[in-house]
Amino acid sequence: MSKHVRRQLHLDPTLCDAHGFCAELLPELIDLDEWGYPVFIAGGLVTDVPEDLIGEAKRAVSTCPAGALRLTKHE
Amino acid sequence: MSSHRLLPIDPQTGRARDLRSLASHAAVFGPLPMLPSAANGQPGELIDEIAASGLRGRGGGWFPTARKMQAVVESAAGRRQRSAGSRPVVIANAMEGEPASGKDAVLLAHVPHLVLDGIQAAAATVGATDAYLAVHRGTPSIDALDRAIAERRSDPVRVELITPPARYVASEESALSHWAGDDTATPVYGDRPFERGMNGRPTLVQNAETLAHLGLIARHGGAWFAEVGDAEAPGTTLVTVGGRVRQPGVIEVATGTPVSELLARCGYVDNPVEGFLTGGYGGAWVTSEALWSAEWAPAQVRNAGGVIGAGILWALDAGICPLHEIARVATYMAGESAGQCGPCRFGLPSVADDLTDLAHATCTKEDLDRINARLALVVNRGGCKHPDGTARFIATGLTVFSAEVAEHLRGGCSASRSGTSLPIPEVRKSPVKRAGKDFR
Repeated sequence: MSKHVRRQLHLDPTLCDAHGFCAELLPELIDLDEWGYPVFIAGGLVTDVPEDLIGEAKRAVSTCPAGALRLTKHE
Repeated sequence: MSSHRLLPIDPQTGRARDLRSLASHAAVFGPLPMLPSAANGQPGELIDEIAASGLRGRGGGWFPTARKMQAVVESAAGRRQRSAGSRPVVIANAMEGEPASGKDAVLLAHVPHLVLDGIQAAAATVGATDAYLAVHRGTPSIDALDRAIAERRSDPVRVELITPPARYVASEESALSHWAGDDTATPVYGDRPFERGMNGRPTLVQNAETLAHLGLIARHGGAWFAEVGDAEAPGTTLVTVGGRVRQPGVIEVATGTPVSELLARCGYVDNPVEGFLTGGYGGAWVTSEALWSAEWAPAQVRNAGGVIGAGILWALDAGICPLHEIARVATYMAGESAGQCGPCRFGLPSVADDLTDLAHATCTKEDLDRINARLALVVNRGGCKHPDGTARFIATGLTVFSAEVAEHLRGGCSASRSGTSLPIPEVRKSPVKRAGKDFR
């Protein structure tokens, strides 16, 4: 039986400074609004990350200059 | 059965009695019983009465008070470190953040000791060692409150009066916790105050009215409290009624009172109104037809398309342009952003600008589409609910007053007179440049 691991990307909007790197790395999950702030395409401030995008999500977290992104793992 | 509980009425004048002295308070309400404190990870025994009362928070969320207190106790019990610095804190929210509300001021001006009793009851129930009463800076009642607190020498927990800046978002509960700990009244994203509030301590933030009810429940019990009112949200509640009524002000009614009756008590006799604002500037507009037959209880008002929030009901005069009112309030609310989150900081002012053009009938259909698109873009993206509430206020207004919107898009306006209805507080002129700068 394979364990389902759910990975989620969290955005802290009070830290985000609209650098926009996350949307470049993860266009599948993130748009930018007209002011340059990230919008999770699925809505809200937490979004599911599919298996094949985990590497890019990790890069987005580490390259965010504001430290506004966080990746979590729930089993 | 009298529906006056929080505000005893003087039969001579028909007005709420002035019970500011501890002696007059004790003579009317009787003594506050001794309340056993929370211990060994269990809440104080008053929790059973609070749960039985069905009391819900009157600050706007209408969340069950007993459950919130339980969460604070559990958070404190779950800590590895049990130092004094991890003990719970109680913050009484009497900030009156909604400009159209008057109930906190009325409570503090007439029955401040009932609120202070409620703080003691809450502190005992959650095992708090520190308690604060928050009123916004410049509130006229500050000296009287200092005297009231000084009169209560036998209180087990000392109450400190704190005065955060008079900003809309400063009364949000994470912002109050932030202010009490760090002197910055900006909302905090992520931490829930009942888990990590003031300086990381479990923090119970309750509205002043909720605490005043608690002062009565501590005396008379939960069953007594639930004798009146709506089954889902029992008791009485304070409503600030404003706009086109002959006697605007704060009244106490049983929850579930028909809106028509509530308005009649304030001297509303079949006045022509454009519509009603419920819940304040983070609330919702409702048509007269939808609201008239509703009962004043959270679920019923929600079903009518409104929101009770902190208990605000405003009848907008027929003749005053609703779109001007919406634009004025939207501009105020945009200026009240803490500036921490982009969608709120940039989204709200841009929407407010377009709404001002709409009010002046210089707005095109494309501009209106842009308003609606941006409203959708500010929701669920903030660290607090300021943009969400403001967006609801605007979006419901554009729907309820859609005929007037159409008239303005044609370059007209059906207002028969100029003038304004909704109150806008004085706002400092400088725009927010850095988050937190104007919140100290």
